[in-house]
Amino acid sequence: MSLDRWRACRSPLAARMAAVVIALAAPAVAVAEVLVVRGDVVHTMAGPRITDGVVVIEDGTITAVGPAATTPLPANAKRLRGAVVTPGLVDAHSVVGLAGHLNQPQDQDQLDTAEAIQPELRALDAYNPQERLIEWLRGFGVTTMHTGHAPGALVSGQTMVVKLAGTTVEEAVLVPMAMVAVTLGDAARREGGDADAKSPGTRSKAVAMLRAELVKAQEYRRKRALADASKHPDVDLGLETMAGVLGGTVPLLVTADRAHDIASALRVAEEFGVRVVLDSAAEGYLLADRIKAAGVPVIVHPTMRRAGGGGETENLSFENAATLRAAGIPIALQSGYESYVPKTRVVLFEAGLASVHGLTFEQALAAVTIDAATIIGVADRVGSLAVGKDGDVAIYDGDPFEYTTHCTGVVIDGVVMSEEAR
Amino acid sequence: MIQRAPARRLPAATDSACPLSGLRGTLDNPGVAHIRFVPLAVALVIAWCGVVRAADPVTAFVGGRVIPVGRAEIPAGTVVIRGGTIVAVGPADSTPVPPDAQRIDTTGLVVMPGLVDTHSHVGGGQGGDASGPVQPDVRILDSINVRDAGFRKCRAGGLTTLNIMPGSGHLASGQTVYVKLRRVDTIDELLYRDADGRPLGGLKMANGTNSQKEPPFPGTRGKSAALVRQKFVKALAYRDKLAQAAEDPDKRPDRDLELEALVDVLEKRKIVHHHCHRADDIMTVLRLRDEFGFDVVLHHVSEAWKVAGALAKSGAACSVIVLDSPGGKIEAAEFSLVNGAALEAAGVPCALHTDDPVTDSRLFLRTAALAVRAGMSRDKAIESLTLAGARMLGLGDRIGSLDVGKDADLIVLSGDPLSVKTRVLQTFVEGRQVFDRDDPEDRLFAVGGFGASRDQKAEPCCIGPALGGLK
Repeated sequence: MSLDRWRACRSPLAARMAAVVIALAAPAVAVAEVLVVRGDVVHTMAGPRITDGVVVIEDGTITAVGPAATTPLPANAKRLRGAVVTPGLVDAHSVVGLAGHLNQPQDQDQLDTAEAIQPELRALDAYNPQERLIEWLRGFGVTTMHTGHAPGALVSGQTMVVKLAGTTVEEAVLVPMAMVAVTLGDAARREGGDADAKSPGTRSKAVAMLRAELVKAQEYRRKRALADASKHPDVDLGLETMAGVLGGTVPLLVTADRAHDIASALRVAEEFGVRVVLDSAAEGYLLADRIKAAGVPVIVHPTMRRAGGGGETENLSFENAATLRAAGIPIALQSGYESYVPKTRVVLFEAGLASVHGLTFEQALAAVTIDAATIIGVADRVGSLAVGKDGDVAIYDGDPFEYTTHCTGVVIDGVVMSEEAR
Repeated sequence: MIQRAPARRLPAATDSACPLSGLRGTLDNPGVAHIRFVPLAVALVIAWCGVVRAADPVTAFVGGRVIPVGRAEIPAGTVVIRGGTIVAVGPADSTPVPPDAQRIDTTGLVVMPGLVDTHSHVGGGQGGDASGPVQPDVRILDSINVRDAGFRKCRAGGLTTLNIMPGSGHLASGQTVYVKLRRVDTIDELLYRDADGRPLGGLKMANGTNSQKEPPFPGTRGKSAALVRQKFVKALAYRDKLAQAAEDPDKRPDRDLELEALVDVLEKRKIVHHHCHRADDIMTVLRLRDEFGFDVVLHHVSEAWKVAGALAKSGAACSVIVLDSPGGKIEAAEFSLVNGAALEAAGVPCALHTDDPVTDSRLFLRTAALAVRAGMSRDKAIESLTLAGARMLGLGDRIGSLDVGKDADLIVLSGDPLSVKTRVLQTFVEGRQVFDRDDPEDRLFAVGGFGASRDQKAEPCCIGPALGGLK
């Protein structure tokens, strides 16, 4: 129902038809063209919190934010109210939509292991906007996520940024190619039967292969730029993608948990001058100064990620995000990738736990709103409640981070997606 | 950064009547570890502490909000423990503190029973192997690493009793074990035992998808049930032969450890802890229970909300998992957070569990809070972490609530048990402190960090907390 409404609003034809209807009879039209969201507290993330504030959304865009007493409110607006209002939450890294909740081969499109390096795999071509976990996450306030190919191969493919709405990926997508996913460490190791599938079998081989790919892309990029078009190499989708990385338009999203794998990521970034966003970084707190000096942001693992003994995350700390942030590193939190039960985590909960392990309330909220939006490159559209930004809002009946609080309303592009208490 | 009591009022250990108890910290230090190998010193320590222990140290937790479980909360209460037993619980203004008691000011804090986890996999224990789907003879207690860091994390989460289970990849994966989280050296010292000294535990069984694989494992649900029924039919015959042998010892069948374990189940000496998610799998367990007459706790029950009425009629108890999202496997695809609320509304006995590592033992309180978020009452949710689970393990007369005569297993919290801001400050097992958030080593396990998942060194065997484990 709400999906249809959202689509109707986004569709130019539907909007025109709605306008015609309004012009002819001006009845109460189902689509929320004008929305006023009022909160006892509004966390805009673009300034101080507002007590008894309102957010006005018209045609999907925020047109006013301010105290209820002084902000002019449009007539005939649909009104929502809650104890606390925040920007729609931004999940800085997920695989939902490529990975489905059933966890069966037919709904797991986040990782192809035929090759160690496949930067040409587009997230767009695998995203299922009907996946049930999308609705699940949205029910807890998430309105934007950075999703795509998963950790588990040296270069597993591309990621993208979507709104948690739309019946097709074309409707949902904000950024079709956001980053290129790289994994360093045990998870990138391959032990296939034939020689081709045995590499990388070690950490150093993995880094050698990644460097070789970047060198190849440098050559490709140089030759593609030659004045003499006859000397251009044939288009190679993978190298084309990596050339974008070298050109600085697309960062590498490097999943690394062990401190020495993080160090490898920084070493490669420096050698090739590429932008890197660190992902997970379980032992990041050991290298905070180095990460800070490299100017690399970190999308920190879910606070509740499992610290299985002996595994790469065995040294996880609930305080990792706080330690990194205190060092001056831009951080965001994520739902991450789960291979079993539960099939996804929820950034509202992950931020809640981080908020009592060294991050302040505002810092934790920023890690799943404006700071997340900044790191994934969509801060001009989402992540804060400010005039001109997308009308994405989450509403709660109490402190959003308290376990027993409910998310009572979710708005995407000015369309009320859910009013169920979750 | 850390929510704490305004001042540190809690003692490092409750057995302060033993003048050498303070040495525990010293003996943990490898630099003086050789002391442990001086027999005279050890003998003296044992003798001295033993004598003092006979006087049973008394500790009183005074002034905090007391959540006894099973009855009304006491806004400002006192809990008195003597040795390893609770001897008084009541309002602070009307509950006398014995003159010899060590007094602990819990003003502004919360005191409640230690948490009981009905379903844990902490300790790296294993059950049956790949040789077959029904292995009731296998005991998980023969494989548990008591130095696994997971035990430290459990204590940091306020857990004091666990049912440690083998996995769900078999129809019957082995015998579970009920453990009390004392700080000791061997699994034997962690065990709950019956009056005859036998370890207490149940039998882990499972249906649904986890146990379906290549033969000899079942490939369908029908086959799963048939294999279980066939084995129970055998156990019934074995039991009959044992009964006949009571009259004629020559008729005694050869001992069979698998069938002995199943006879324990048929005789209700062991309860079945049964993994099941889907509604039809839940009903299949109840059908087998009714056919063979065993006692069962239904574990996980992702689709309990669909059959809450049938569950209520069955009288079966449920131990519910609370997850951050549905799925991860087909049988959990229709998991709902409302299970706790639905079972409460239907009147079904309901406990919660961690299924650690599926959820983190340090966040067990959170599990109850999420159940409340989805409609369960606060009182029932807290009971589901404590007394309800204790009852499902057959330990309800001993643990799970703050009542006179029960074991002094309790936790001190910085605030409301269902708040994200609340910390477990201290955990006590049988009156002995087993976790103290102010201790940097303990804090590592509470928060995580470098080394927080490494196996732990042995506890000193003869001092303080371990003394109760000596026979």
